[in-house]
Parts: sequence; structure tokens; C-alpha cells
Amino acid sequence: MISERTRLAVLEEEFLPVRAKILEIAASLDRIQRAEGEGSRDPNWLQIQSALETLLEDQAGRAERVQMLFSRPYNDQWRETHKHSTS
Amino acid sequence: MYYIDPHIHMVSRTTDDYETLAKMGCVVVSEPAFWAGYDRGSVDGFRDYFEQLTTFESRRAQSYGIRHYTWLCINAKEAENVSLSREVIAMIPEFLDRPGVLGIGEIGLNKNTKNEATVFLEHLDLAAKTDEQILIHTPHLEDKYQGTRMILDMLNDDRRIDPTRTLVDHVEEHTVRHVLDSGFWAGMTLYPVSKCTPARAADIVEMCGPERLLVNSAGDWGPSKPTAVPDFILEMRRRGHSESLIRRVVYENPLQFFQQSRGFDFEPPEASGATAATAI
Ligand SMILES: [Zn+2]
Repeated sequence: MISERTRLAVLEEEFLPVRAKILEIAASLDRIQRAEGEGSRDPNWLQIQSALETLLEDQAGRAERVQMLFSRPYNDQWRETHKHSTS
Repeated sequence: MYYIDPHIHMVSRTTDDYETLAKMGCVVVSEPAFWAGYDRGSVDGFRDYFEQLTTFESRRAQSYGIRHYTWLCINAKEAENVSLSREVIAMIPEFLDRPGVLGIGEIGLNKNTKNEATVFLEHLDLAAKTDEQILIHTPHLEDKYQGTRMILDMLNDDRRIDPTRTLVDHVEEHTVRHVLDSGFWAGMTLYPVSKCTPARAADIVEMCGPERLLVNSAGDWGPSKPTAVPDFILEMRRRGHSESLIRRVVYENPLQFFQQSRGFDFEPPEASGATAATAI
């Protein structure tokens, strides 16, 4: 199912789009830091830091791991939790 | 290439969009019932909406040579109101034998609450009792993973539910395998901000294979693009994938899934073309 293209061919095609996306992220982080006030302990900021670290990991599956990082955990006892909640 | 958009909310789109879709090769749209942009106050609000979905919308599509099909339910957002939901669920059977109705949908979860789960289960019960196919919405962003797992728990708990007649929509990298591994159909929604992009959908096809995978545009009130399925076709072609693989995902898979609904009477253009050719 994987397409026939070689890694180098895909890399060449993805290079400029990836470069552009990284620059967008770099500029966004600068924009956040340039603004006045606190924020370095904010959970959203910390989540962004963890996501960036995930990108540097060597094995495939980064997109899935980043998704999980931005997800609420699944609690397989959710029915019990619902039983005790009012709505 | 002919294609089918299996999840698009045409009530929120203009007639010009129908024309554009037709020009791009869209031959069938399927429109699940959803949120109107505001919470409806009464069961009659839903009755009027189902009337619109089963009559006016199909006529609007037909004038561009597109077949319009629909799914009925009270969506997860409005399911927080359990008593209204029960009235709507009791009223749905009035419409199930209308032409163009494919089943119950898009039911599901939004914020994964107890009320949403209650109403979801009552919809499942209706679908099981009326032998209807089911189309399911999964939550967005941080709630998607938990909500998808809860939905799969509820589906797997009910022995009456046939996975091959159930489509779980809005899957992404972290939920697609859970859905496919349980035997359900999985839909990828191509949406600019939340959900999937054409490139990531193509990645998922490369990683999971085309079996029981569909792509759709959602085309709703948000900043969505009704022509997202053609964008996916282009991305797949750009990567050198075969026309047969692309056609399987954007045409044959939805066709195969819809053909299991008794309300699906679509005659593929090739078939009618072939008949005409033989006649000559
Ligand atoms: Zn939808």
C-alpha cells in the first residue's frame, strides 16, 4: 500500500512545505513569548513543548503520538463515572 | 472520476455548491441530520427539518444530476435535552420509509456526557429494532479519543449491532485503527482546522489500506470545503497511486456501504451507460 516513491523523492517534495510549517511554528512561539504577562506554566504551552519534543523522536507514528498528547485520556470505567454524575 | 461524498451537510451549502460538486464528478451525496446552528425548541422543529432533508434537498441535488440521500436522528449537541431527544426518536419512524433515507445518523457523542450516552444508546436501540444502518459522529479535538472509545464500547456491548452496517466518522490517526479493528467502517473528514487534511487522509490510506475506509468533506457551518474529496483524489494522484485504489476509497467503498441500506436505489452511471450502449 505504501506508495512507490523513494524516501529521497518524498523528502524533496516535502522539504519546502515542512520548512514553511516549521517557520510558522517558530514565529508563533515568538509571538506568544513577545506578548506581556505570564504563560510559561500554562497547560497549553506545556503541551506544545511536549508535542515539539515528540517530533524529534526517531520512530514513525509521530502524528498518532501527537494526537494522543492533545487528547483526554480514556477511562474504561466511564460507565461507573457516569452513574455517579448528575447529567 | 465519479465520486461519492458520504457525509456532507448540504442544507448549509448554496445551490452553486451543488453545481461545483457535479462538475467535479460527484454523483451521490449523503447527508446526516445534524445541528441547525441553534438548538431546536420542539419535536416539530425536527419534523420540519426531516421534511426538508427528504424532499427539498433531494430535488435541489437532482437538478444537477446528483442523488441525495439522508440519515435521521437528533444530533449529540442537542441530545443533552433527553426528553426532547426521546420525542424525536419516537417520531423518526414516520420518515424511515421515505425515499432516500439510508438509516440513523449522525448519532454519537460531543462532550462525552452521560445524557449524550443515554440518547446514543436509545438511537442504537431504534436502529436495531428497525434494522437500519447507522452513521456515527465522533467528538472533536481533545474529546475525540475518549469519545470514540466510549462509542466503540457501547457498539460492541450490543450484540444486535452489525459492524459491517455501521460507519464511524471523523476518524484520525489515533482512532482509525480502533474503529477498523472492531470491524466497522471508518470515515475520514477532510476539514481545514480540526479533523483531517487531504494529505493526512492519504497517509492513513497508505498505512491502513483502503478496506472499509471512506473520505468526506462534512461541508457544514464551519470553515469547511465542499470540494475536499476532489482535493484528496488529487493528492493521491500526485503521489502516484493507482486510479483503482483511489476509486475504491472515493466511490466503491461508499457504494458498497450504502447498498446495504434498503433506501439506496442509486444506479451507477456506468451501469446505465452500459445498458444504453447495449440497447443501441
Ligand atoms: Zn456531520
